[in-house]
Amino acid sequence: MEKNLEHRHEKHTAHYGIYILVWFALLILTGLTVTVAGINFGKLTVTAALLIASIKSYLVLTIFMHLRLEQKAFRVFIGIALFFIIISFVLLFADYTSYVR
Amino acid sequence: MSDINEQVVTHAHKDAIGARMGMWLFLFTELLLFGGMFFLYSVYRFTHQQDFHIAAKELNTLIGTFNTAILLTSSMTIALSIAAIQKGKVKLSIFLQVVTILLGIAFIVNKYFEWMHHINLGLYPGADELLSKGPGQILFFGLYYTMTGLHGLHVIVGACVIGTMTTFTIKGTITPDSYTKLEVAGLYWHLVDIIWIFLFPLFYLIT
Repeated sequence: MEKNLEHRHEKHTAHYGIYILVWFALLILTGLTVTVAGINFGKLTVTAALLIASIKSYLVLTIFMHLRLEQKAFRVFIGIALFFIIISFVLLFADYTSYVR
Repeated sequence: MSDINEQVVTHAHKDAIGARMGMWLFLFTELLLFGGMFFLYSVYRFTHQQDFHIAAKELNTLIGTFNTAILLTSSMTIALSIAAIQKGKVKLSIFLQVVTILLGIAFIVNKYFEWMHHINLGLYPGADELLSKGPGQILFFGLYYTMTGLHGLHVIVGACVIGTMTTFTIKGTITPDSYTKLEVAGLYWHLVDIIWIFLFPLFYLIT
């Protein structure tokens, strides 16, 4: 089972094409985020910027950092780490928005 | 005898997963380090929206975009260098590692000119010029220097780590059969890239 996984890992990561494709996608998303920043969506501008940054990070995590091919435990760990970061942000702003302005 | 050899191989195989997991655990501590700063940034931006908007105009979007492209490209080259060593192409892998380091240096050089430009304008912590501006603008530049500075430090450390990996690859410590060290160094480099992916819109693209 483990050996099989390792085999899959090697087979997949040995392709150059996917990395060049992801690089291209990352550059396009960078262009998109700069363009979107020029248009005034009001409050949505920050949301759009963070959404694009999240998509870019997802590509880096899954493809460049090989998360797609790692054991499930890796994804569970990262999921937990991100969950607590997001919870902290939600609680922080639940507090701040209640009495600032 | 062959039994013992097999055991050694199995053990080394398991270590590779452990080594990657170890690096991921370290990356989580980095997430905490930068996460705290992102908390601080988000609260100050929320409480000083207008000042952040004015202060961000001092940053050059073009240089920021250029630096983003440099770092994204370096992430690709280090990923390709791992793919190359997996395919047994050691020389190509070394070349791609060197390109990654050079791109990292290019990023830092750009950052240096950017910082010097702001310092010459009197926009550094404690400068009279900056102190005459609104409190939010002072906070913005404080965060700008701290966060991009800490990130820049990570780029320098990352380039040094990859440089060590290049030496290992040349000396034959990293081989097509054993490249976990390079993989783990790559993980660190990609994290530095991800942090910049968030820093870039948050500092350069405030409208």
